[in-house]
Parts: sequence; structure tokens; C-alpha cells
Amino acid sequence: MSVETMLFWLFAILTCGGAVSVAVSQNVVRMAFSLVLCLGSTAVMFLLLGADFVGATQLMVYVGGTVVLLVFGVMLTATGPFTKIKSSGADAILSGLIGVIFLFIISTTVTAVDWGDISQKVAIGTHQKTAARGFNPEQQGNTTRPLGLSFLSVRADRDLNLSRNVPSVEKPVEDAPKLSSGYLLPFEIVSIHLLVVLVGASYLARAKRRVATNQ
Amino acid sequence: MDTLLAANSLAEFLQTQTIPICGCPIDATTAMVLAAIMHVALVGAWFGLPAGLFIWAERKISGRIQDRLGPTRTGGRFGWLQSLADGAKLIQKEDLVPADADGLMFRLAPYIVVVASFAAYMVLPFSDGWSALGLDVGLFLTFAILSLEVLGVILAGYSSGSKWALFGAIRESAQMVSYEIPMAICALCPIITAGTLNLTEVGQLQSGGFWNWNILHPFNFFAFFVYFTCATASCKRAPFDLAEAESELVAGFLTEYSGMRWSFFFLAEYASMFLVSGLATVLFLGGWDDGFGILSVVKANAGSFVGNALGLVIFMKKASLLVCVQIWVRWTLPRLRIDQVMTTCLKYLIPISCVLFAGTVAYPLILVKVSGNTSILGGPSGDRVVQPHQPMSQADTVPNKPTQMTAATAERSGR
Repeated sequence: MSVETMLFWLFAILTCGGAVSVAVSQNVVRMAFSLVLCLGSTAVMFLLLGADFVGATQLMVYVGGTVVLLVFGVMLTATGPFTKIKSSGADAILSGLIGVIFLFIISTTVTAVDWGDISQKVAIGTHQKTAARGFNPEQQGNTTRPLGLSFLSVRADRDLNLSRNVPSVEKPVEDAPKLSSGYLLPFEIVSIHLLVVLVGASYLARAKRRVATNQ
Repeated sequence: MDTLLAANSLAEFLQTQTIPICGCPIDATTAMVLAAIMHVALVGAWFGLPAGLFIWAERKISGRIQDRLGPTRTGGRFGWLQSLADGAKLIQKEDLVPADADGLMFRLAPYIVVVASFAAYMVLPFSDGWSALGLDVGLFLTFAILSLEVLGVILAGYSSGSKWALFGAIRESAQMVSYEIPMAICALCPIITAGTLNLTEVGQLQSGGFWNWNILHPFNFFAFFVYFTCATASCKRAPFDLAEAESELVAGFLTEYSGMRWSFFFLAEYASMFLVSGLATVLFLGGWDDGFGILSVVKANAGSFVGNALGLVIFMKKASLLVCVQIWVRWTLPRLRIDQVMTTCLKYLIPISCVLFAGTVAYPLILVKVSGNTSILGGPSGDRVVQPHQPMSQADTVPNKPTQMTAATAERSGR
């Protein structure tokens, strides 16, 4: 077992442990801390897998942003009865059942995919490592540029001709690369969605003026 | 020694060596673990040593500013062992946990702060290529890790079981969270100029002479000062330290802490002071570049290792100078009120940084329209030399050609 695999398992266990302790713990502040552990370990797993941009975003958005907001919410609301959350036995059974069903759905979905085949295809499509030198360059992902380009609708890493015509050393692909179109449209849709959410939030949070009635 | 200089990374060098006693070769896994331990030890030393040094510097400089002598006797002359003496005193203090506190969280909070500011050192390049991780998302990851520090502050205040500490934590975190925004926007300005988030590449682009440094770019010049102000505030330094104003307000979120746990917060503060100064050096002040082309002469004559070591010295000097400016500002300016702190950030610094950001984006476009070039001096500033990773076995046969890093060339070379 290589070091990466061992580290991956370590952080996978930390992620799961954090998630379980969020559900099990009854103190709101400890829950928030377990959430930090869970989300932070997920970010480290992304980094270990070479998805450095996603890992950094996970840290920035979830651990540094959402959890801080959550802890602020906890601090402002947690008075007396709300600091301890105690669920009844029926609640625990019901939520446990839902959790088990969800776990079953996810595990069957994940095991149904042939990951070896997919990772081979991905490896063929994205085999450029041209980064500045540093410690252990093989593990550094460097996914920012391809990600940014694909959001601008140019997927430099993905040649549609490659999937039909798997290249090898003795038989390289002769066809001109046919670039796939990337994610500009989904990106724009998400932006508009966020705009709608912002407008809705400001509508809900507006100062409500009472209409003067003639009574 | 030659193989050490030729290797791209420590792990690669170790793989060519044998273990002294048994004579067996080191395999890739062992080499990676050994190299990782060395990197952690090195970065850890840079984390701990400057903190001790700057605490001493703070005492001396503040003494001189206030017409005192500062420490004079500890360690013979100049009181240079004062930080160590302080540390020895703090270790001996009782490790108190208040009765109302949430014990586990209370004990954990200092470590979160320390780990956050320590982990950000991973991507800071100390010299050309001398960073623990040469990530493409370097600056982004730094800011992501630095944003975790707030969490430690909030937890420290909340778990103390004291209203005073909780108020201090809320004020502190409100300040840190709001100053992160203009700080990040201003740090993006030189990133726009360089066209990369990789801090090593940003430094490489400013090499060759001081006229290539980002601070001489008209918009980055102002961005530097806004960045430095925000960095001072996010390090909780005076004039922005009202949340923990030691002399007036007890100590804000630190009220209930004592001994070693208390000093962890200060260790982290001094470490992140150095970190933000180092970031400012890489982003605006040319990083490890000396400004007059001496470094390239040294590199050509004495080899890249000696050149990089000299670059390290230059980098440390620049960053330490910025830390000294922070100390100077602390002992010169009076503290702001909390409403003034928030007004400075929300009403002034955020709009200013947005204007600077827009200006940095528009500046090269306007220059292209007017003069047909993206910079006044003609030609792109500095040289961005991106070397693809090559294992040592191939490095002898294949010449190590520097490639211009564009998506198009990366695409072609990959085929």
C-alpha cells in the first residue's frame, strides 16, 4: 500500500468519523466542529487525488465560509434549550432507516460503474503536466487552467476523436483534434440561478413597512 | 552533490542514494516520506523561528519608538534571548480551563489557529521553485487556508464560557471576515497582471530588474497599500487590534487563555504576519529578485542552487522589512474604534479595491489599443520559464527546454 493510499484512507476515515459525529453529537458547537473535520478531510482527499482547485474551493467555500456562517448562527441562536439537541427514539430509528437506504442507493450506484475504464479514458485525455517545479510535481494536479478554459467553452484537455480512437505510442492519432464544447451554458445557467437566489433573499430580508390603514 | 543540484525535488534525489548502514537503495515511497518529513521540518522552522525573532524585534523597536531601551540583558547583549525566556516562562504557567468552558473545544481552538497559519506556508515560494507545493492554485489555496483562522478565533471565544470572550470573538471575526474581501481583491490585481495563480510563476515574471516588479504597475502600486492595510487588519495587528486591545479591554477572545495556549495564538499571529508580508513580497515586490540583475549573474556563474539561496536571503529580507513596517505602524498609530474599523473596510477599502481591480483588467487592454503593446516598456516583463517535470533518468538525454506556458502549447506538447 503506497503512502498516498494510506493517507487517503486516513482522511476517508476522518471524513466518515466527522460525518457520524455530526449526526450523533448533541452539542451544537461540537457538531459544527465535526462538520469542519468532515469537510476539511474531504478537501484533503480532493488534494490527494490531484483535484487541487476543487480541494481549495471546498476549503474556501465550505470550511472557511459556510461553517463560519453556521457557527455565527449557532452563537446567535444557541441559548438555553437549543444548545443541546436531543432526539427521541422514534426519530433515531426513522433517520437511521433513511440513512441506510441512502447509503444503499449510493453504494450500488458507485459500484455499478467501471472505474478502471473511466480513469483510463481520463488519463488519456489529460496527460499534460507542465507546471513550475516543486516538491513532488506528479501529485500536484494543476487543474486551474483546464477548468477555466472549459468554463469558457474550450476544453483543451478533451479531444472528442480520442474516445473512438484510443492512441498508443506506436499508433498516435492522426486526425485533427475535435474539441468538445465545454460548460459555458451550464455555467451561465448557474450564474442566473444564483442571481435569482440573491434577489429572492433580498426580497425576503427587506424592511417590511406597515401600510397605514384608516381605522 | 551534483545529483542533489540536478534533481527536481528532494524525493528524486533521495531515490538515487543508498541508506548508509545497510547499503540498500531507497525506494520511491520511502524517499517520498523522507522528503515530506524534511519539507515539514524546514517549513516548521520558518514558522517558529521568525515568530521568536519578531517578538524580540517588536520589543526592541517598540522600546526605541517610545524612547526606551527594550530588553538589554537576556542572552548577553541586546536581549536577543528574550523570546526564549518568555517561552520558558509561558510553559511553566498553569494550563487553566475555566469551569464553564467547553473543555475539548477550549483546548482545540489554539491548534486550529496555529495549523491554519502554518499550513498556508505550504505554497509560499521562498525562492525560485523553493516552495513545498508548486500548485497552480497557490494563492487561492493560501486564502482558503487563511480563512480557517477565523474559525479558531470564534471557537476560542465561544468555548471559553465567558460573555467577554464571546463579544471579543464576534468583533474579531467580524473584522477578519470583512477585511478578507478587499485583501483578496487586491491580491488578485498582480495575479491579473501575471496571468497565473501560481506564486512561483508570479515571482518569475518579476525577475530581471526592479522595473519589472508589480509595484511599479500603476494600479498594482495602490493595490499594494490597500493589501498591506487589510493584511495588517486580518493579522489582528494595531491599529486594528481593538478586539483584543490588551491594555484596555483585557484581551478580547483571549481573556480566558493563559500560559502556552495563550502564546499559541501569538505564535500564529507573528507567523501570519510573516506570511502576509511574504505574499506581498511575491505579489508586488518582485519576490526573490534583487532588482538589479545581480541574481541572474550569480545564477550563471555559481549555479542555480547558490542563486536560489541568495534569492532566499533577499526574499527573507524583503518580507522581514514589511513585518518591521507592521511593528512600526503598531507603535505609531492610535487604535481605531470598531465603527471606524468597519467604515474603513466597507465604505473605503472595498470600493477602492474594486476600482483597482477593474483598472488592472482594463489597463493592458487600453495600452494595446493605444500603443499596440501590453506594457509601457515594450515586451512582456520578466520571463516565465515553465519547465515540465522530467525524471532524472531522462534529464541526461533530453535537454531541459523551457516552454512558454499557454494552453495551446500545453495541448500540443501533450499529444
